[in-house]
Amino acid sequence: MNSLWAVTLATLKKDIRLEWRSKDALNSMLFFSLLVVVIFSFSFDPTAEESRQIAGGLVWVAFLFAAVVALNQTWARELRNQVLDAYRVSPAPANALFLAKALGNFIFVIVLEAVMTPLFIVFYNLRALGPAWQLIPVGILGTWALVVNGTFFAALSLRTRSREIMLPLLLFPISIPAIQGMVEATRIILSGDGSARFWIVLLLTYDVVFTTACLGLFETVLQAE
Amino acid sequence: MKRLFTFLSIVTAILLVYGLYQALVAAPTERTMGDVQRIFYYHVPSAWTAFCLFFTNLIASIVYLATKRMKADALAVASAEVGVVFCTIVLVTGPIWARPVWGIWWTWDVRLTTTLVLWLIYVSYLVLRRFSDTAQTPILAAVLAVFGALDVPIVYFSIWFFRTQHPQPVMGRGGSLDPRMLHAFLINLLAFSCFGALVCWSRYRLELLHREVEEAHAMASLSDAEPAKATLPLNRSPR
Repeated sequence: MNSLWAVTLATLKKDIRLEWRSKDALNSMLFFSLLVVVIFSFSFDPTAEESRQIAGGLVWVAFLFAAVVALNQTWARELRNQVLDAYRVSPAPANALFLAKALGNFIFVIVLEAVMTPLFIVFYNLRALGPAWQLIPVGILGTWALVVNGTFFAALSLRTRSREIMLPLLLFPISIPAIQGMVEATRIILSGDGSARFWIVLLLTYDVVFTTACLGLFETVLQAE
Repeated sequence: MKRLFTFLSIVTAILLVYGLYQALVAAPTERTMGDVQRIFYYHVPSAWTAFCLFFTNLIASIVYLATKRMKADALAVASAEVGVVFCTIVLVTGPIWARPVWGIWWTWDVRLTTTLVLWLIYVSYLVLRRFSDTAQTPILAAVLAVFGALDVPIVYFSIWFFRTQHPQPVMGRGGSLDPRMLHAFLINLLAFSCFGALVCWSRYRLELLHREVEEAHAMASLSDAEPAKATLPLNRSPR
């Protein structure tokens, strides 16, 4: 257990330091989702009442697409210089590597959301009619739902042809219930009709189920030869 | 084994012909829906066959992950491919029926959505198998099948939260179904199950043959000084 956390922290620190110096993933995600915000804003031009109904979908679709940009770069770095092969033969637990990558992506996407949410509020004149604090658990659970499976499927599609295309093809069908949960919860909180509790519980269930599955099967995927 | 295959083919052919007669001629016309209701004799058996095949795929994938037996993986490929075909039949016949009866082609109802998501997951499964041609493909595909199986109940509950529109199953509530309709339905259910098993079985045999051929090619190119011919037989494109 101790070594698991030690390796996780070491890998996570390394990834964050690399990202801090290059800012590749963050910059491309930020600019990408900014473009999505602007293009959606042009194509729908909603009133305040309409935007409460559709903003949940727009926000999460923008974050989903942006997250794929970061997820695709997760493992590419480790392929250069055979780092992944070195990892395979080292005695470090495989799940530590997975946890570090997932947590790293989680932090990147959360930073992206923290920066982009004010922009969404400005462009779409949003004001929550329901309990706005509930958006925080929805954001955290929803982001983890995207990132944990995304990191796993990025590792899964590493050895396929044209892997950048494979990731969304594998990730999106599995993520449908999570996306529905995030979008519905956000819509309910923004428009203030009803309670978002069911959707938050659904997201929590999804997170628990798939985090367990990822941790259980990651070693099989990493060692697959 | 070969005799059993021939026997199953003959039984399936007889059942399908008899089932067609029962569904189109012998079964009475439904009072409110009219003839369009007869699609039900194909829609429900196809759905049943598709779900059985997807379940077979899940079991074969788990067996493969546990034992790494090549035959389990061949069965997983066969059942996923044939299952997608039957699931497509379900998704096509459903709207044809829904348009005159409900007045809409499609609705985000619990069974429709779950079937569609299941179809999407298995299409992504087949895409993964297509795009990945290394030796790890069976493991990766089996892992994806397990993830898909975990996803389906969550999809079901998330849609179930909305009110459902699909007609509830009429079987087992007693008295509401004409016995001739039930007869036609059960014959078709049996016929489609046999048909699904038959197609899956021949696809499985084809997959085994294909792997044998590939192995022979690899062995030949190892032992000969001259490289083996690059052309591959059967239905695969050269890599």
